[in-house]
Amino acid sequence: MAKYFQEEIECAPRERIRAMQDEKLRKQVRHVWENVPYYRKKMEEKGVTPEDISSTSDLHKLPFLSKADLRNAYPYGLLACPLKDCVRIHSTSGTTGKRVIAFYTQADIDMWSECAARAIVAAGGGPEDVCQISYGYGLFTGGAGLDGGSHKVGCLTVPTSSGNTDRQIMFLMDLKATILCCTPSYAAYLGESLKERGYKPEDIPLKAGIFGAEPWSEEMRRDIEQTLGIKAYDIYGLTEISGPGVAFECSAQQGMHINEDHFLVETIDPDTGETLPEGTQGELVFTSLDKAAFPLLRYRTRDICTLTREPCSCGRTHVRMAKPKGRSDDMLIIRGVNVFPSQIETVLMNNGYAANYQIIIGRVNNTDTFEVKVEMTPDMFTDNVGEIDERRKALSDDLKAMLGIKARISLVAPKSITRSEGKAVRVIDNRKL
Amino acid sequence: MSVKQISVFLENKPGTLKGLTTVLAQNDINIRALSLSDTKDFGIVRMLVNDVYAATNVLKEEGFIASLTPVLVYEISDESGGLDKLLVHFEEAQVNIEYMYAFAGRNAAYMIFRVADTKKAEAVLQGKGLHSLAQDEIASV
Repeated sequence: MAKYFQEEIECAPRERIRAMQDEKLRKQVRHVWENVPYYRKKMEEKGVTPEDISSTSDLHKLPFLSKADLRNAYPYGLLACPLKDCVRIHSTSGTTGKRVIAFYTQADIDMWSECAARAIVAAGGGPEDVCQISYGYGLFTGGAGLDGGSHKVGCLTVPTSSGNTDRQIMFLMDLKATILCCTPSYAAYLGESLKERGYKPEDIPLKAGIFGAEPWSEEMRRDIEQTLGIKAYDIYGLTEISGPGVAFECSAQQGMHINEDHFLVETIDPDTGETLPEGTQGELVFTSLDKAAFPLLRYRTRDICTLTREPCSCGRTHVRMAKPKGRSDDMLIIRGVNVFPSQIETVLMNNGYAANYQIIIGRVNNTDTFEVKVEMTPDMFTDNVGEIDERRKALSDDLKAMLGIKARISLVAPKSITRSEGKAVRVIDNRKL
Repeated sequence: MSVKQISVFLENKPGTLKGLTTVLAQNDINIRALSLSDTKDFGIVRMLVNDVYAATNVLKEEGFIASLTPVLVYEISDESGGLDKLLVHFEEAQVNIEYMYAFAGRNAAYMIFRVADTKKAEAVLQGKGLHSLAQDEIASV
């Protein structure tokens, strides 16, 4: 079984990667300067021309792009090539304001598919595998991204898309799917559904899962691995840059390798915009080196994490990013304290509750109310009210220790919190700010 | 002889108790005794039913969280001092009661007791001339 999809690039010496990036960056900046008036104006305002960018060390001179820019420029403002050369769009699942759309040429799609293929091979995939893709197909990049990767690897692709659990399970068992690609919350749901139908982990043909598109904790990973009897791999991506496959986990599982030959990465201080040294926690910023249709330069992801170029035991030389602590978009500020939903998930699982939860925030008399709805599980239920309350108190104390603020815990009926078949709705913010 | 009581977790919002009773009704399960203990946001329904195993199975199938707890059921005379006469023996034997509820049968009244150590309580209360109910009597008394 091949260990790498494109060994020559994935394991290239650092100097070669750097040289490749320098050359691609010079070309890409010129391409954007000539074809994207919106960004050219930003460069002019900063007094930067393509001549100022000779290598990746000059990257910091370029202006940032943010989600707001993408909304302002909707729909064609950041398009860098004629529409006749574009073959597809994808769009983010944004719930506020205008959707963000990204354009792709055929070459852009091929490049993206190769990135996803690297992720599948890193998870142990090969042509003999049956790859069930339970990410949503459509505007969302999840389905299309892994579908492209699965085809490149030569797996038998089962494009179930999300939803319809009975059909998912039928194909999974009948076609002996060996790799499952979906959101971690859907993987957990499928795992529970299989368990309910009496399947033990050893009955399930899956060997690996590639899960992404939402933050998830190590505890959730272990839980999914146990119920499905698999090794679970993380994958990272965003529509603005291409989709899943911007970065992926290898067998070492010590962070996700960013496909640096295509995506240049930096971390910055989210407040000052200053570039941070490697290993310092900051906001991830990506520059798309190869995309022709939608080449974003210095796009601020709002994802907070750290980078490392320490050699990885898997042999890949590409930079690794830690699991993002959560998108700063997902970060809640409750009573002035930063709260990431993934932190709550960790505490719940450590206390024996299900990872299915919902956070409800409100405001009464100018003070935030913070409620966490938690599903009761057979293991946590006893006939003794005092004992249930003690367990709830322990959970509440642990949450307080993790977050620094107190939450009201509501115990609700099992399966009463809406299950996600795409991305989970974890937060309901009723504050009118 | 202790009797198995079913305890069911219910979220405290309109309609959840009805959801439970509907499942029991559809499956032809008769509730002989019931008590509801509630906190602010959830409740525990405790029941003695005619067929405890069928009830546990259908409730689990319908997605309820239920558990079985051993309780002691004693007959009392339906007259003043009836409960007092029974509790004399609990006091003498130093049996601590966690919770209790009652139901009226066709011919007599019964008290249901949850105690910390069911086996020990049964042993010390034996031979005091008390009439306790066994599992198979719940459906018929």
